[in-house]
Amino acid sequence: MYAFTYHRPATARQAAGLLARREDSKLLAGGHTLLPAMKARLAAPSALIDLSECADLKGITLKGRNIVIGAMTTHGEVANSPIVQQAAPALAHLASLIGDPAVRHRGTIGGSVANNDPAADYPAALIAMGATVTTNRRKLAAADFFTGLYETALEEGEIITKIAFPAILKAGYAKFRNPASRYAMVGVFVAKRGPEVRVAVIGAGEGGVFRWPEAEAALKTRFAPKSLDGLKHTSAGINGDMHADPEYRAHLIGVMAKQAVAQAVGK
Amino acid sequence: MSVTPIGTSVRRKEDHRFITGRGRYTDDINRPGQAYAYFLRSPYAHAELRGIDTQAASAMPGVIGIFTGSDLATDKVGGLICGWMIHNKDGSPMRAGSHPALAQGKVRYVGDHVAVVVAETLAQARDAAEAITVDYGVLPAVVDTARAAGAATVVHQEAPDNTVFNWHLGDKAATDAAFAQAAHVTRLDIVNNRLVPNAMEPRAAVGDYEAGEGIFTLYTTSQNPHVARLVLSAFIGIAPENKLRVIAPDVGGGFGSKIFIYAEETVCVWAAKKVGRPVKWTCDRTEAFLCDAHGRDHVTHAELATDAGGRILGMRVETTANLGAYLSTFSSSVPTYLYAPLLSGQYNVPAIYCEVDAVYTNTAPVDAYRGAGRPEATFVVERLVEVAARELGKDPAKFRMQNYVRSFPHQTPVIMNYDAGDYAASMKKALELIDYDGIGRRKRDSMRRGKLRGIGFSSYIEACGIAPSAAVGSLGAGVGLWESAEVRVNPVGTVEVLTGSHSHGQGHETTFAQLVSDRLGIPIDNVSILHGDTDKVQMGMGTYGSRSGAVGMSAIYKALDKVIAKGKKVAAHVLEADEADIDFADGNFSVKGTDRKLDFGSCALQAYVAHKFNGQELEPGLKEGAFYDPTNFTFPAGVHICEVEIDPETGVTKIERWAAVDDFGNVINPMIVEGQVHGGIAQGVGQALLEVARYDAGGQLTTASFMDYCMPRAYDFPNFEVGMTVTPCPSNPLGIKGCGEAGAIAAPPAVINAITDALGHEDIAMPATPMAVWRAAQRSANRLAAE
Repeated sequence: MYAFTYHRPATARQAAGLLARREDSKLLAGGHTLLPAMKARLAAPSALIDLSECADLKGITLKGRNIVIGAMTTHGEVANSPIVQQAAPALAHLASLIGDPAVRHRGTIGGSVANNDPAADYPAALIAMGATVTTNRRKLAAADFFTGLYETALEEGEIITKIAFPAILKAGYAKFRNPASRYAMVGVFVAKRGPEVRVAVIGAGEGGVFRWPEAEAALKTRFAPKSLDGLKHTSAGINGDMHADPEYRAHLIGVMAKQAVAQAVGK
Repeated sequence: MSVTPIGTSVRRKEDHRFITGRGRYTDDINRPGQAYAYFLRSPYAHAELRGIDTQAASAMPGVIGIFTGSDLATDKVGGLICGWMIHNKDGSPMRAGSHPALAQGKVRYVGDHVAVVVAETLAQARDAAEAITVDYGVLPAVVDTARAAGAATVVHQEAPDNTVFNWHLGDKAATDAAFAQAAHVTRLDIVNNRLVPNAMEPRAAVGDYEAGEGIFTLYTTSQNPHVARLVLSAFIGIAPENKLRVIAPDVGGGFGSKIFIYAEETVCVWAAKKVGRPVKWTCDRTEAFLCDAHGRDHVTHAELATDAGGRILGMRVETTANLGAYLSTFSSSVPTYLYAPLLSGQYNVPAIYCEVDAVYTNTAPVDAYRGAGRPEATFVVERLVEVAARELGKDPAKFRMQNYVRSFPHQTPVIMNYDAGDYAASMKKALELIDYDGIGRRKRDSMRRGKLRGIGFSSYIEACGIAPSAAVGSLGAGVGLWESAEVRVNPVGTVEVLTGSHSHGQGHETTFAQLVSDRLGIPIDNVSILHGDTDKVQMGMGTYGSRSGAVGMSAIYKALDKVIAKGKKVAAHVLEADEADIDFADGNFSVKGTDRKLDFGSCALQAYVAHKFNGQELEPGLKEGAFYDPTNFTFPAGVHICEVEIDPETGVTKIERWAAVDDFGNVINPMIVEGQVHGGIAQGVGQALLEVARYDAGGQLTTASFMDYCMPRAYDFPNFEVGMTVTPCPSNPLGIKGCGEAGAIAAPPAVINAITDALGHEDIAMPATPMAVWRAAQRSANRLAAE
């Protein structure tokens, strides 16, 4: 780790001010990606702006048919929230599967979404559920927010403040963990909202999270695991590494999608 | 205040300290004025060192000194050694390249030591290391075990074909004759995957030099501090032994990786005098992946000959062993004398012939890792036997029992003389524990749920209690492998035992104290075990090869005999009786046929008070030492049975049941032994299902962190069913065989045999990852469909 200055603002506005003033500064929203990179001297920000004391970035509320989650809400808080468990149980389930208890009590939804790690879980939920990302400047549909591997629509100085998910009961999330890191090697989030079905896949795509239109069409006809029988995802555009080559990953997309649907229909 | 007898599952005395964070590890030691070392390591697998420019780095803040290989050469610091000479088939000695602690002329693997920076803080040392300019002439790398011999790229000029030795064991003609008679020959190609040890505590060293008396002190994470002192003194030339103290305090796991004498501790203790300050180095996890000696890495072709009735006639094995870029301390012994002599397994094998080629590659050095050679041998034997049983259409348990050695002593064709065992008893007990009769039903249940169930056996044997000095000497070891002990009885009857064994997780503070409590009839809390300091313990050989019980405790046993004998003299004097009439039992010295007695504590006090000792016939004091040299290896053996269920959709293998029945001879503390079995199985399953160190073609370690190197987790295991059978070891006074490595030796073939059973005998390599199992399941399904 190289030397850096440390700031702990009390509000998102103060944080934005610091971010604008300090060149090469980074927001600290949990640190599970940033701190290991800094320890390995692969990242060297001049300043860290720790958002953990920004009360206005925390909390979970139900606003009409939307669950609104502050960006600095931890995975553990999402997993254990009665609001999330009742209005979008699949989202609570997803949060409960992130890392281990220590990770879930430090890592935050905003940090995960802003980093857009291809093996992170949340992006699948945002895309499948049609979530909205609110920043200190604007609102973005999830589909417009994630723009590529580790890339988002966030601009210089922009801070995620909250994420709104529509309440969806018919949804499921299944993931196949990387045996070593336990990150998602393949994760599939399936959500049915009215007549519309979305299937979002993480861990597998060369460009990060993506949707699987063929599975969506099949599930729109009948929302049941059986609808996916015989349906195979192409291995084109799918990641390969020592743990899973593109063919195996593509196969797992189908297996995880079925498990996610089974969860969604309560089987 | 009672005695804690041998055979009691008493809680570990050391655990309170460890689990409350009060252990004292090398990194916890800080000396006044301490500076910090950071090693600049090669980013290339193979390169000429054309130049190292340290000028800018030397001017960086906090820098105290920067040293390279040429500084070591100038100071005539010797290279690191390999302490076991292996001879080629033609009788010529092995071809070993030099192994300087800091690279000279060339770097030979990623992580090789280019320079050391000593600075006021670690961050400053790291900053300065980044400012060192190294002119590397990058060379092609040789990485692949099977292709290293004769490759165009040469790692060491001393071994121009990259071959360290071509070694063999056994009778080739007799084996060829056995194969000529065979009704059936089973053939297997096997890769024993390379592993990274990953002790919880990374290696560390603090070098200190006291200029007034000219004494060096090295605190280090060692399994054998006396061997470290011997090597650093006699071979590397840091200082004479009387001027060099080595302390290995609490050590958090070793698994073999802390047996060896590495570059870092050598440099730290040398640099301490150079800069006139204590120098500390603590390995980070990435450095541990790159530079701790790795384990295994064999490529083998093996054949088993059987007659028409299913009797084993002979075995032929050809192995290539990757020793990495340099010969680590005991590396040459692992694929030779710790490997081929175990190829007879638990079986009557009339003829065995084994050839081993050891090669240099541009990878981290490979040396002993939990089991060391014996897991590799057991994997060969138990895969061959399992596959042979299947090919012959025989039940694998019955096939094994048909070929078990049943009378002892049994001389194998590969050196070993098995002294005691009852292999069929262990098999029968294991079959009961796993409910072998119900396996057919359980397989059908799994099939109904779309899953594949399989069962796999492993009848392992190991040679432990390493080792008789004459035997290992004749096989090339540089030093005998006896052990020492000293028992110091204090005037109040408490006891300090100084042992040359080293505990880095084994629980010696408990088990060794149990032995003393049992034999002297005193409370276990009155006994302290001291180890790991060359100033306290005169000499010792350390802990590895499951030797601390069989060899280390036997030395204590022998010293206790002397203490009791001396105590009898004292008691005879005090009780005014003839020494021949004194008995010692239950902590009391008594005069035969009378009620006159003296308890052990009073005897100790009298030994030091010594008022009534007249003249020269009885020395005051109660302190005795002993050296114990075993007369044979010990032969722990047992049967492990693994039952798996595979999800063919995902390739995930779930271990559903595990039965382990081991014969460790007499057991001091069953709870600790069971813990050793659990840990060993976990490590063995890690090798079978999860772990592999992979290098890419350029020699970069692609599994250099826990993000890609997969360690076993509690989640991966069922509850183990652990049973024991006991045939006492006849070659040591306690009848102990050793238990530290059994699980790691037994587990890998049990797992792979179970998986291949589930997959319709489809072969699979270790680690059997979900992707590999998924592919094999598809191949198996396609083959069965075609049949």
